[in-house]
Amino acid sequence: MTGTAEEQRASDLPVVPVRHPGRWIGAAVVLVLLAMFVHWLVATDGLHWDVVRKYLFDPSIEHAAWHTVELTVLAMVIGIVLGVVLAVMRLSPNPIMSGAAWAYVWFFRGTPVLVQVLFWFNLPAVMKSLSLGVPFGPSWFHTDPKTLITQFGAAVLGLGLNEAAYMSEIARAGILSVDDGQTEAAQALGMTRLQTMQRVVLPQAMRVIIPPTGNETISMLKTTSIVLVIGYLELTATAQVIGARTFLVIPLYLTVSIWYIAMTSVLYVGQYYLERYFARGSIRALPPTPLQRIRMLGSRNPV
Amino acid sequence: MTTEPMVRAEGVWKRFGLVDVLRGIDLTVERGEVMCILGPSGSGKSTFLRCINHLENVDAGRLVVDGELVGYEQRGGKLYELREGEVARKRAEIGMVFQRFNLFPHMTALGNIVEAPIRVKRVSRTAAEKRGRELLERVGLGGREDTYPRQLSGGQQQRVAIARALAMDPKLMLFDEPTSALDPELVGEVLDVMRDLATSGMTMVVVTHEIGFAREVGDALVFIDEGVVVESGPPKQVLTSPQHERTKAFLSKVL
Ligand SMILES: Nc1ncnc2c1ncn2[C@@H]1O[C@H](COP(=O)(O)OP(=O)(O)OP(=O)(O)O)[C@@H](O)[C@H]1O
Ligand SMILES: [Mg+2]
Repeated sequence: MTGTAEEQRASDLPVVPVRHPGRWIGAAVVLVLLAMFVHWLVATDGLHWDVVRKYLFDPSIEHAAWHTVELTVLAMVIGIVLGVVLAVMRLSPNPIMSGAAWAYVWFFRGTPVLVQVLFWFNLPAVMKSLSLGVPFGPSWFHTDPKTLITQFGAAVLGLGLNEAAYMSEIARAGILSVDDGQTEAAQALGMTRLQTMQRVVLPQAMRVIIPPTGNETISMLKTTSIVLVIGYLELTATAQVIGARTFLVIPLYLTVSIWYIAMTSVLYVGQYYLERYFARGSIRALPPTPLQRIRMLGSRNPV
Repeated sequence: MTTEPMVRAEGVWKRFGLVDVLRGIDLTVERGEVMCILGPSGSGKSTFLRCINHLENVDAGRLVVDGELVGYEQRGGKLYELREGEVARKRAEIGMVFQRFNLFPHMTALGNIVEAPIRVKRVSRTAAEKRGRELLERVGLGGREDTYPRQLSGGQQQRVAIARALAMDPKLMLFDEPTSALDPELVGEVLDVMRDLATSGMTMVVVTHEIGFAREVGDALVFIDEGVVVESGPPKQVLTSPQHERTKAFLSKVL
């Protein structure tokens, strides 16, 4: 057969790979730009890297970073829990439930989060007292709203309630992504709606919910900086205060940027492992984690 | 009470929007009987099974499963609509197997099987897992407890789904085209499990296009078209000498 003879000869010939001159030029341009940027960073005196180094682990900055973490965690917890509740309400057959959830999302997505934080912060000024009891009836518990809504409280409420509106849409998309057959099978087994949601639908919805939630958390970490308008000393506000005092504004912004980048990077790792956890059963075999890969390298037998 | 059939349908009517899907189904499934349901696509077979399992309410007629009215409770000349918990409890007593398996993909084979016994029947985990392993053995999947559904073939998934339904000790098993989504060479292993189940005396209602299974295993065969029972009787009789034109036309296509 001439065909096989031809093929045989072809496989013996030397192979010339395709050249990519464009890639080389592109890479060279990027490397030059990068070198210029690094040079600028190092050589510009106004950036004051010595000051950055001095303040990077300054107790007031560390303290402020902790406040930023606290705000982020609490706001996201409120956002996620309330968001899932709103999503389930939104999908409820009861029109009052779904209507209320819709209205919540409509209102909180329709107003700036900055305004919401300011609103909660200034609310105690117009409210004489806060009480707990029968609606329109007697009450058992009175308190001065000023003690309840501190700077921190207003910040957490404002950020968390706003986040819930966005999280509810993310959770709803996740719930809707789960095949109807799953609900049907769970119900056929005698599981109640709540059990079906908890055990069957939500765990599967998590795969769709986690990536945008990671996005929201990273976004929240930085959005917490807006609470400087109510004078709460988180990372950015602290940088501003120290910067104003020492007339070294730029290095302090560099300092907090390093903190923000470090904290976001930690979130990346967390998201990676969460996604892996909820991917179980969905791909034939999970790829090894970076750690497992390193261990595999170490234990590989020489051939 | 033992003379009461497992399923008694009298003029069961179901409407979705403007479409009458079931238009007066009459049939009886005796205890220990295997009833096969045949019918063209869209004739309402799945809807009828869903009604038996309380997944849909009937709009008119009476559907009595194990002596109890589906969806309602009769007390002193009135019908009270059942609450969610009561409906769930009734569903727990009826097993259902779906065309597309509907296994929970985030749980292992054993996890799928023990989920409902633990959550719904409050069986202890150890007891549920012991039983689950036995059931996997019974459907020919011993040793596959820790496998996730996506790592199993279609036939294996469907056998896990049958084991999952059996784990609730159902008094009645419903099968909705259990082999229609399977490659031809995998159909046999699922039918074998169903045949064993029938031999063990389980009451079964099977919607299927497997004429051979209906003929060998079925005690009764019902042909449904456009929401009504067109013809019924012993499988051999209906399959070899159908009386109605529509049955003849349908059988000439599937045989
Ligand atoms: N929840 C629903 N809402 C509206 N229409 C429905 C619903 N469920 C079923 N139907 C309609 O009812 C009719 C009968 O459906 P059903 O699934 O019972 O048919 P089937 O006999 O099982 O068909 P197949 O062999 O294709 O499974 C179809 O026309 C379908 O579109
Ligand atoms: Mg069907």
